[in-house]
Parts: sequence; C-alpha cells; structure tokens
Amino acid sequence: MPQYTIHVNGQPKTVEADSDTPLLWVLRDNLSLAGTKYGCGIAQCGACTIHVDGNAMRSCSLPISKVGDQKITTIEGLSENGDHPLQKAWATHDVPQCGYCQSGQIMTAAALLSKNKRPSDDEIIETMHGNICRCASYTKIKEAIKAASKL
Amino acid sequence: MTKNNPYTNSRRDFLKWGMASGAGLVVGFNFIGCQSDTAPVEIMKAMPSVWNEFDAYIKIGDTGLVSIFSQNPEIGQNIKTSMPMIVAEELDVAWRDVIVEQAPLNTDWYERQVAGGSQSIRQGWTTLRQAGAKVRHILLKTAAQKWGINIEDCKVKDGVISNPTGEQLSYGEIAAEASQQTLPEEVELKDPKEFKIIGQSKKNVDLNGIVTGQPLFGYDIKKEGMVHACVMRPPAFGMELVAFDDTAAKTINGVIETVKFGDKVAVIAENTWAAMKGKKALTAEWKQVEKAEDSAYHSEQLMLHLSKKADEPRRVDGDVDIAFAEADEVIERIYEAPFLPHNCMEPMNFYANVTEDKVELEGPIQTPAWQQDRVSKILDREKSDINVKMTRMGGGFGRRLYGDFGDEAAEISSLINKPVKLLFTREDDMTAGTYRPASAYRFKVGIKDGEISAYHLTEAFYNGMMFGQMPSNFPCGAITNYRVDCHNIKSNITTGAWRAPYANFLAFAEQAFLDELSGILDKDPVEFRLELLDKAKSDPVGEKYNYDADKFASVIKLAAEKSGWYNRGNKHLGFCAYYSHNTYVAEVAEVELSEGEPIIKKIYCAVDCGIVINPKAALNQIEGGIIDGIGHAMYGDFSFAKGQPQSDNYNKYRLIRMMEAPEIETHFVESYNDPTGLGEPTLPPAGGAIANALFSATGKRFYKQPFVKEMSLLG
Ligand code: FES
Ligand code: FES
Repeated sequence: MPQYTIHVNGQPKTVEADSDTPLLWVLRDNLSLAGTKYGCGIAQCGACTIHVDGNAMRSCSLPISKVGDQKITTIEGLSENGDHPLQKAWATHDVPQCGYCQSGQIMTAAALLSKNKRPSDDEIIETMHGNICRCASYTKIKEAIKAASKL
Repeated sequence: MTKNNPYTNSRRDFLKWGMASGAGLVVGFNFIGCQSDTAPVEIMKAMPSVWNEFDAYIKIGDTGLVSIFSQNPEIGQNIKTSMPMIVAEELDVAWRDVIVEQAPLNTDWYERQVAGGSQSIRQGWTTLRQAGAKVRHILLKTAAQKWGINIEDCKVKDGVISNPTGEQLSYGEIAAEASQQTLPEEVELKDPKEFKIIGQSKKNVDLNGIVTGQPLFGYDIKKEGMVHACVMRPPAFGMELVAFDDTAAKTINGVIETVKFGDKVAVIAENTWAAMKGKKALTAEWKQVEKAEDSAYHSEQLMLHLSKKADEPRRVDGDVDIAFAEADEVIERIYEAPFLPHNCMEPMNFYANVTEDKVELEGPIQTPAWQQDRVSKILDREKSDINVKMTRMGGGFGRRLYGDFGDEAAEISSLINKPVKLLFTREDDMTAGTYRPASAYRFKVGIKDGEISAYHLTEAFYNGMMFGQMPSNFPCGAITNYRVDCHNIKSNITTGAWRAPYANFLAFAEQAFLDELSGILDKDPVEFRLELLDKAKSDPVGEKYNYDADKFASVIKLAAEKSGWYNRGNKHLGFCAYYSHNTYVAEVAEVELSEGEPIIKKIYCAVDCGIVINPKAALNQIEGGIIDGIGHAMYGDFSFAKGQPQSDNYNKYRLIRMMEAPEIETHFVESYNDPTGLGEPTLPPAGGAIANALFSATGKRFYKQPFVKEMSLLG
C-alpha cells in the first residue's frame, strides 16, 4: 500500500492507505481522529467537514492521494482546549441533541467565521445549508453561531 | 426500582465491570465539568481515591464527588443529563459535584433500560427520586448518629450536613460509614416547590466530548484486534441469495475474507474503506421468493381497505350508519402517507466479540435487553454470558429499537472468531431499513343541524394498527355516533416504530380534517376544538375517553393567546393540537407568501408535559420534534419498485435543512405534576399546523404527504 505524509492539526503524519481512500477514513481509522463523522459518503450531509488550508471541505470526498501538503484541521485540532468561540457558544446554547452532526456543523461555521467575522443571518443559513442535522437542532446552531460571532 | 440487595457479589462485579468501561469517561469528566450554566469556571471536587457504593445509581467518593449512573440509552433526548438530575435533586448535592456514567445493561438492577415511547423520564421519575432520597436518608442518619441527635434536626445543603449547633459533616467524610447502612424501603420525597436542580437548565453531560470530537458513538469504537465488516443484503424485499462471487472483492487491499450468513454476505476487512469497497465489489444472483411490492400496489391496497369496515371495530359509540342516513350532509376525506426511513445521522453499527467464555456487545441500541435476548437465542448462549454496553447514539427515532445490526455483528463475530465492528453505509441504512409503514385514514362525518352527528375513522396500515388507547383519543367522547375501524395489511417490507408511531401521521390527518370541517361548519378552528372538548367534558359520550379535556383546552388556549390567533388579521395562521405520549401540545404555524411562494415563518408551541426537568434540553426536544415533523410532512418521500427502495442516499432523499427551519416560540403550561415525555409529542402536530397555515395562505388543502409533491400544483 502506498505511503502518504499529511499535515494534520499541525503535525506531520505518515499513513499507509490505498490511493482512493477518502481522507475521512484515514483520519478515523489510521489516525484515530474519530471526531470527523461519516454520514453519507457523497458530500451531501456535511458530517465529515474538515478544514483544508482553512477552507471547509468534505473529507468523505477527498481521496488521500489528493491531499498533498495542504494543511488539514479536524475538530480535534480546532482549538487547544476546546475553547474556540464556537465550541464555547455550543456549550452556552446547549446545542447538541444526539451530537453526531455537531463536529461537522462547528467546522463549517468555523471556516465561515474565519473569513467573515460578522455574518448576516442569510450568510449563516446559506453556509450551513450543506450540513444536515437529523435531530433538527437548527435553531440552536444558528443562535450559537450568532453568539460566537460576537465573542 | 432496584431489586437486589446492594451488597451482593453481583453488584460488585457489575460495578467493576461498569467502572472498567467508564474509567476513561470519569477522568474525562474532570475536564468536562457538569457545572451549572452560571458557573463561569469549572469548579469540581477532586477525583476520589475511594468510591463508596450505595445503590444501582449512586457512588460517593471520599472527596465528596458523586457519581450517578444513567441507566437508559441516550439517543439525543438528553436523558443522560436529565435522569441523573432527578437523582441528584433528591440526594441534595450540588450539580457541579456530580459526574455521570452510562450504566451498561443490567436487568437485575434496572427496570426499564429502554429509549422509546417518550417514557424514560415519566416511568423513571419516582424510582430515580427514591434512589436519591434513600441515600440522602442514610447519610443523614449516619451524621445524626455521630452527633447523637435526631435525623430531623439535621439539615443538608449541597452535600454538607449541619446540626443545630453549626457543626458540619460532608457527604464525602461519612460516605464510607453510611454506605454500610441498610437502605430504607421507601422515604418521603421533596416538595417539588423546593427543587433546586430540577427546573434549572443543566448542560448536556457529554457536551465537551461532542464539541471536541471525542469517540462517543458506536461508529467510533476501536478495540484491540478488531476487524471491520460491511454486509451485502438482498437488494429487494422478498429476495433470497442464490449464489455470490467474491473474487473481485478479495483482490481489494485490506479485505481479509468474506463470510455468508443467511441471505447475506459479510466482507471482513482491516479498515472501513476496504470493507465498504469490498462489499461493492461483490456480485450475486438473487431469487424473488415473495411478492415484489411496489408503491402503486401499496397505495391500491390502502384504498381498498379504507372502503371496508373491519371485522371488529376498535370503538363504537351509538350507530354511525343510522346517523349518516339521517344526516343533512356527509363529508368524507382520505389522507395518505408513504413508508419512511428513519435516517439516523449515525448509520447502524455494532461491535461484537464472541469468545468461548463470553459475548461482548457494544453499540447504539435503544433496547439493550432485547439485544441480549436475541443474541442469546441466535448463538445459543446463556444470557448471563452476554454483556451489552450502550454507546451514545447518533439518533434513534425508533430505528434502534430493532437490533438487527447487533444480531448481525454477533453472528459475524462468532463465524470469524474475531472482534468485529459491523458498519452500515448510508445506502445500507436507507435500503435495508426498518421503515415507518405507509398508511391511510378515511374520515367520514355526518352533519345534522349544523353539528357533527357522526364520526367514522377508518385506518389502513401496513404491519400494524393504532395503539390500544388511540381509538379513544379526541374527538371521542364529544360525538354521539362514533366509530373506529382499523385494518392491518401485511407487507414483507420490514417496518417498525418511527418517532411518535401512528400519531406522526394520524395527527396531521385528523387535524387537517377538523380544520376543513370547521370551515364547512363556519366555525373558528380554535373555537370548534374548544366546543368539542367542552362537550366531551360536560356531556361525555360512551365509555371513558383517553385525554383530560381541561389540560387539552389549556394548551389550545395558550397557543391561541401567544400566537395572537384572535387578532390574526391578514396573517396566515394554521392551528393544530394533539395529545400523544402523555403530553398535550398545541401548535400554530405562520406562513408568509413571498412572491407567491409560501414560507413557513414561525411556529408557536404550547406544551403541557408536567414539571419541566431541564428547560433548555426540553426546548431542544420540542424544537427538534417540530422541525422534524415539518421536514417529513413537507419532503419525506420514499417509494418501492419491485420490492426495492428507490432512494438510497441524501441526494435522493430530502431532509429538512437550516434554510427551511422556522423560528419557534414555546410556552410551557406551568405545572408541578409528574413529568411526562418530550421526545415525540411535538412532532405529530407540526404537519397539521403547517398544512392548515398553507391552506390559509394558498387556498389549497393537502391530503398526501409529502406536501412538496403537491406544491407544484399551487397557482
Ligand atoms: S459524509 Fe461527507 S458529506 Fe456526508
Ligand atoms: S444533533 Fe443529532 S444529527 Fe445533529
């Protein structure tokens, strides 16, 4: 199996994986970073959202062979102590229900806030459109993003 | 209620076993904290060096830190926080000094380790309160004995006991001694007006783990020597496996072997991707051995049955046929809904390790005792050999009541002699599923002198009939001639409970019908419902009916008031009220037209669920239920062709997204009554509320779900 060295959460990691393996499974199986979730495998739900050079991307649809030296950030690396403004706002607003979609939601929102410090309601809704929450915690997600944008 | 003496060996073994699994969790909690919303920093007592066990729920450490086991499966309804809150309340400790651990299955210790029917809190209420209060009692007794005073002279606040002279003893200091005392049978409980924890919003105890991506879910399980399995199942219902070819699958890097069991073939692999790819590479020959059903057939059968009476009616008051014959006008409407997949965000999965001396099962399951039971039969093993641990679940919605995936994992592990994690892909999840059955309702009403003289409801349902009490639901009791008939039609498609079974569609059908009826009778929709309730109360028809007319009227009035129903002017509001799972809910939807397109702007919701345990968490359930209800009523579209599901992933199955989720304003009926449940009851009325508001905005009535299919017919 081919070897790849990728940059994940600030560290180089060398992994062995078939070239078509989605980064999602490399993160979860090879690197034990299980915070990035599988929901659909076809870029429809956002559960697998990570940052690639600061942009929100679907790791289920990014093969390991295409990662190269781009910088990958996962939910585990979003902040040192779990205290990113969004993580704090998620706590204050007690957003999660089952919680499964939430790391993807936070990663999508974090990429938005890094580029747009004060997004409007419409910008939030538009950006978050790709992230499904089957428990429908949407009202809370929206509130928490707005609160975090003010932190 | 706990059944055994807490000091038997089984108790100790159980705790050891529980602790082994929870050890990581406990350390993690140091960091997570369970502090109240207002606590700015994470203050918490130190991890104890000695834990003192009291009962199936409570351990108290020498530092005063308290550990509470949460007995029921957590599917996102937040009982892992709410149930321990109830114990902590009666124990009289500060919530910030509490850590929570998920209890494994233990049928000797816990009575109902089930997540279903919105019953966890309602049925656990007294047991959990007693559990906390009994331990509080023996702690106080121990302190009183030390001081040589009466127990009544001791006071306790936040786990610190004091006597009239001001001396103090903390729970931590006396826990070892107190744990040797015998627990009383029953003790007096607090006056709910004195609750300090119940009624305050407490954060989800897994919150930190969730927002930092900790491996809390079944899909995240990783264990020594574990392999991964994906399974090829029959592509259509009613099919059998004739032969399969795994040559291509076996050439895939990481695929270890394949194994056939029943009509299924598992691909065993070193990692998830190889298992998924391996499964795709399998080819097989199938034979149709039972009817290949399709949606047109389903619909046809439903309609056929609706035109007939059942052999045994479910309820009869008076005689509807005579009343129809004498009526001035007879109105009839039919409502129809499709099969629906559950689509939990976390696809089905389970871990199993079957060895000679034990069977270890771990994963997302709403019914761990049934899981143990079935696996004991499948593998022909003693139940006592089978341990079941519950992970946090990425949604349940009824799907994880059925542990077919747990059975599969156990079977595979026993065949390959390895620990295995079985994983459904999204496609497996949507196509191998247990579904909400398709159903249809016919309402036939007779009108005489401007009032309803007869009401005949006929149900046609696949693989089921409405629950026992439901034929006596509203408006039963308010109508002189009343009849309910149900038809259970057999289908080979696997079906099961789906969030708020029966009610999830019947509520829409009934409430959309009543809305239309109020128009025909020229009555205000809210006044019309109140009149019926008044009738049921003042002059009830027939035997007992299944609701409290006063409570029902209260939520209706509250929702009407808060939504400005009587001053709605040109606003397009739709009203709906429904009683399910012991909870009364009324919802008002507001629809706006934006360039002719109807937009669901807002939902006003009034709820009577008894005392509210954890307000923010309650709102999560309420809002989630409403948006879920809107989503499936609007978009939930699923069909079969030749026994084969026609959607297998989110590109072909639309779930509601943030853009379509309206604002929600909730009002609770203030109550000190025992709590009911919230996981389900706000979902059923949502479809009716939006259908009625859409009618107000567009003049179009909806009779079939999903509405979006009929929206194109709007002008
Ligand atoms: S798993 Fe990647 S978008 Fe759904
Ligand atoms: S919280 Fe359950 S899917 Fe979002």
